[in-house]
Amino acid sequence: MKLSGWGRYPVMEARVHAPRSIEALRDAVRTAPAMIARGNGRAYGDSAICSAATLETRHLNRMLAFDPETGQLIAEPGVLLGDIIDAFLPRGWFPWVTPGTKFVSLGGAIAADVHGKNHHKEGSFRSCVDWIEVMDATGAITCCSPTDNQLLFEHTLGGMGLTGVITAAAIRLRPVKTAWIRQTTHPAPNLKAAMDVFEAHQDATYSVAWIDCLAKGDDLGRSLVMLGEHAELGDLPGDRRQSPFATPKKNKRKVPFDVPTFTLNPLTVRAFNRLYYWAGARKTGLQVVDWDTYFYPLDAILEWNRIYGRNGFAQFQCVLPLEASEAGLSALLDAISTAGAGSFLAVLKRFGAQDSVFSFPMEGYTLALDFPVHAKTLRLLSELDRITLDHGGRFYLAKDSRMSAATFAASDDRIDAFRAVRSDQNWQDKFTSAQSERLTP
Amino acid sequence: MTKAPVLILGARSDIGKAVAHAFAALGHPIQLAARGVDNLETDRADIAVRHNVEVTLHAFDALDTGSHAAFVDGLPALPETAICAVGLMGEQADNERDLEMAAQVMRSNYEGPASILSVLANRFEDRGHGALVGISSVAGLRGRATNYVYGSAKAGFTAFLSGLRNRLAKKGVHVVTVLPGFVATQMTEGMDLPEKLTAAPAEVGDAIVAAVTKKRNVVYVRRIWQLIMGIICNIPEPVFKKLKL
Repeated sequence: MKLSGWGRYPVMEARVHAPRSIEALRDAVRTAPAMIARGNGRAYGDSAICSAATLETRHLNRMLAFDPETGQLIAEPGVLLGDIIDAFLPRGWFPWVTPGTKFVSLGGAIAADVHGKNHHKEGSFRSCVDWIEVMDATGAITCCSPTDNQLLFEHTLGGMGLTGVITAAAIRLRPVKTAWIRQTTHPAPNLKAAMDVFEAHQDATYSVAWIDCLAKGDDLGRSLVMLGEHAELGDLPGDRRQSPFATPKKNKRKVPFDVPTFTLNPLTVRAFNRLYYWAGARKTGLQVVDWDTYFYPLDAILEWNRIYGRNGFAQFQCVLPLEASEAGLSALLDAISTAGAGSFLAVLKRFGAQDSVFSFPMEGYTLALDFPVHAKTLRLLSELDRITLDHGGRFYLAKDSRMSAATFAASDDRIDAFRAVRSDQNWQDKFTSAQSERLTP
Repeated sequence: MTKAPVLILGARSDIGKAVAHAFAALGHPIQLAARGVDNLETDRADIAVRHNVEVTLHAFDALDTGSHAAFVDGLPALPETAICAVGLMGEQADNERDLEMAAQVMRSNYEGPASILSVLANRFEDRGHGALVGISSVAGLRGRATNYVYGSAKAGFTAFLSGLRNRLAKKGVHVVTVLPGFVATQMTEGMDLPEKLTAAPAEVGDAIVAAVTKKRNVVYVRRIWQLIMGIICNIPEPVFKKLKL
């Protein structure tokens, strides 16, 4: 069947299997000439597509055990973060690390070693992973952790599914007192001001900035920096303290059709961004917002990926080392605003230090934005690749759908070592994705 | 407040599991009953962990009707609600040639379910309250060449549920007939089903909880099926017999 990632680009023909048990998964792994596991398909590009065999984990979505003393949850890989929140937030637990959508699978979160708004303080998803079980090409399952079978653990976290199939994982949840977040918004008139806000608030649990990528000149990098803390009982108005985990039920809206691409042009995007900034700048100071609004604003609009039209869109996300961040971000934003090709929501975030074999984050700043796919934006994306490389940055594989093998090779000095281990361990013969093929010279 | 237990018969089916989740989400303890029930340990854990309720496993063979009374005696508590999701479709082509197979389909969709619901109905009637839910099929509303063996057994089950509801209406026991239409389950995997007419198992689960709560009698999961079956049932027989459906 035709398969694509969340960006709906590229679309590829692939054999898809959705095994209903570990035994059925084992049979599928053994018989497939080559394969990749796929969770909920929220990687943007071709990370979870293998034309020979794409094994979906959606039926392997059971929770196996929970320890209310330690907050440790053991679950199969197809469980979604949203399922975990549904089950455990009413009991006072929340994921330690969550990306901007709750529709990611546990297996996918581990394979991409996803990050959240607390990366600068609490690291990537691996910080909450106690152990994982991984099935190899023969169908044998190995349990690995930071202390046992380290090599497998280190390469599976951020390994994009290229080390085997995750069959179970133990993660720790965070105890919370309420389902609410205390949010403060700091308007920043330009990039330097935004970075200053991040640097001044390194102790905030959550921080992220929405950045107007079409602002130019003195306004370049105009942002709203949003900080957040889990609210305590006392932060809630009296009538909410009775049921601190209850939040208002929201209407789910759905984008009902592919929006014609002409509606998304520099004028509409510029107008949207300007309005968003001024509306946000008026709401500074402390607000108490529910978890869903704070962490997952886009999840409220189901199938929002259709807003970019039927050609799909490409997301660009890079990270720049701290010392090169200001110059690099200025150059990136300059290129984007000059091209006039911006996205509705561009995101800037400070990362903390990260020590891992192949995960995306490094200490510095990450910028994420999306573009509808057409020739002009693909040219711009290549230019953004070049600027990122010039400043010593690298790219997030879970978002990538179009980078060249040469760009990838130049972006990360850890690649050769990763490839060597992949070959030593005989992972590469079985576990490959359209992305890994594309990025292999 | 402790909630009343809910019994799921045929708990290995996707619909059975979905109904179990839907009731567990409301805090009801769950009794899962099926053949080879040991294979359900992972699902038992899943329901218990997700919903923080007690979930127990019970060996049950719908076709071994002689064991049904003892099976009900062996439950930790007489449930307040029992859902029968037992069923077997088979291949129509096999059902036509292999009469053993056809008998198996008939017994699995009618005789077995009717037997266990009879036992439960009598207990519920003595107690004076409870709800029985039978998952039948739109296939039972009119026999068609493509699945009349399955359909005829479901027709029998639908009539049984209707009569049971009539009998127990004044005894405090409610009976729900569910006619789900297409559902994306293991049973239908690989079939080319139209998206608008095909419900997810979770939709069936939610519809059953709503039907029990609101004391509905006959429910179609997706409303459109009521319309479709209305039309199919009204096609005159001389025309109907020549159609390919």
